[in-house]
Amino acid sequence: MGSSSKRRSVWQEYVKCKYLFLLLAPIILYFIIFHYVPMYGVIIAFKDFYPARGILGSEWVGFENFKKLFSGLYFLPVLRNTLIISFAKLIVGFPMPIILCLILNEVRCRWFQKGVQTITYLPHFIGWVVLAGIVQQVLSPSTGFVNYLIQLFGGEPVFFMGSKAWFRPVVVLSSIWRNCGWQSIIYMAAIMGIDSQLYEAAELDGASRLQKIRYITFPGIIPTIVIMLIFAVGGVMNDDFDQIYNLLNAQVMSVGDVIGTYTYRVGLQQMNYGYATAVGLFKNVVALVLVSATNAFSKKVSGSSLW
Amino acid sequence: MNRRRKKSLYNWIYDSVVYIILIGVAIVTIVPFLQVVTISLSPPEVASSYGLHLFPTKLDFNGYKSILGYDTIWTSYWNTIVRTAVGTGLSMLLYVMGAYPLSRRYLPHRKFWTLFIIFTMYFSGGLIPNYLLINNWLGISNTIWSLILPGAVSAYNLIIVRNFFESIPDSLEESAKIDGANDITILFRIVVPLSKPCLATVSLWSIVGHWNAWFDCMLYIREEAKYVLQYTLQRILIDGQIQDIDVTDVVVNTDTMKMAALVVSILPIIMLYPFLQKYFTKGVMVGAVKG
Repeated sequence: MGSSSKRRSVWQEYVKCKYLFLLLAPIILYFIIFHYVPMYGVIIAFKDFYPARGILGSEWVGFENFKKLFSGLYFLPVLRNTLIISFAKLIVGFPMPIILCLILNEVRCRWFQKGVQTITYLPHFIGWVVLAGIVQQVLSPSTGFVNYLIQLFGGEPVFFMGSKAWFRPVVVLSSIWRNCGWQSIIYMAAIMGIDSQLYEAAELDGASRLQKIRYITFPGIIPTIVIMLIFAVGGVMNDDFDQIYNLLNAQVMSVGDVIGTYTYRVGLQQMNYGYATAVGLFKNVVALVLVSATNAFSKKVSGSSLW
Repeated sequence: MNRRRKKSLYNWIYDSVVYIILIGVAIVTIVPFLQVVTISLSPPEVASSYGLHLFPTKLDFNGYKSILGYDTIWTSYWNTIVRTAVGTGLSMLLYVMGAYPLSRRYLPHRKFWTLFIIFTMYFSGGLIPNYLLINNWLGISNTIWSLILPGAVSAYNLIIVRNFFESIPDSLEESAKIDGANDITILFRIVVPLSKPCLATVSLWSIVGHWNAWFDCMLYIREEAKYVLQYTLQRILIDGQIQDIDVTDVVVNTDTMKMAALVVSILPIIMLYPFLQKYFTKGVMVGAVKG
């Protein structure tokens, strides 16, 4: 009796907000179809999946696909490449926008600051198909200006895109080229939020400009840095597929093939659906664990967190 | 006196270092673009020679002639414009419709529905189930819907719009309710007009996303006539030459043609850039996503 009247009142609440749910329904439907159905679809990682038989008609194979993952020759090098590239991007690329925004903040001439920002944000708006074309042109051994400069200083031209030693640095640097300026915006916003009285007080105490950065500006943006770091660490499993796919070629496959490109090749070119889904599921679960762990860690240590 | 002079010298050196670093950063960022534009405008003998190629020394438009004479570029351009327009329009409608209920405090089970959406930011089915959904289960591959529907709503943007709607004072809504307006009227008559800056930001995000998208086309589209610009561009760049182009009368350096293709494809983004920069920076400021 009690529970049925409670159910009734919940129902009544929904009826009262019927217009709101009328608006919300298409979005809920969208997320069910385009996000939750694929999530349900991950069970094909545990099946010997043939599209013709459907999910339910395909045979269960338990953890067979995952066993293949870790015993096979192919997945572990791919995982290694992914982690090496991601950590290199994290270590070299993460501090860049912070440094850039600290330097930008020292500029008092507004139009100069604006101009530098306009230029450094630009690559962010251009997709990797185009950027990869530009990178290949600039690094070309016969006409690119990088090799021109190398020769000018007496070096030998380098075929960057086909070199195993150079592929990863090229990936890391081109990613910085695209993202550094853009990522600095969020730190700029954090700097704007710092109380200007702190600077006035420091001025009175005779602090130098470097000291102001060291003791006011930098500490002021640490909460933002922590949040961005959570995102970055949580994202180490997410290779930038758009970037890598467009830069990758046969000569550098052994150092540049990452989880995203591997999943695409095995799953959709070789139609190995069950196995490729297992690769993707493994990646997504690890990524989820990483985000949760870094989030919990930062909540405890610094009090800032995503949720 | 001496002390003050010392301080001004310190300031001068400090400023010089700052400006030199930033000019360096700006140059490194922009030079690759200059080289692309220069090569696209150069005759083959200049393009294939060594040099910095920062500014065109000799003008030659054959690269542009041959790329614009390639029919697929035009159909791809059109297809990209269509998907961008329809896709962004649909997305904006869905964002507005979804964000409003989620921003109302009296929505039953508000927390549950918010989490229901946010969860998709942290976990997904992955490439294969998504592919099977579009290709096998919904059967919309090789149509424009396979390019528009899968990414129509991003949880991240939806939450940004919701946060903005939340910041609009309730009093406006209450007075409209007293006048007998229902939620749908309030949304489109009051809330949406007040949210223009936020909606402009999100729609520009969507436009850029559609403009640069290529992977969905590679996955789902099977006819050349339906290809989008970035995918056609990728085929020109990676797969080398265009087969059916007539190169008998003019000798075209494929490098100049490729670079001309790049320039042609980023031109609209460059033209939108002043708006992009204005609204995107604002967008990042409002974009603290929290559930």
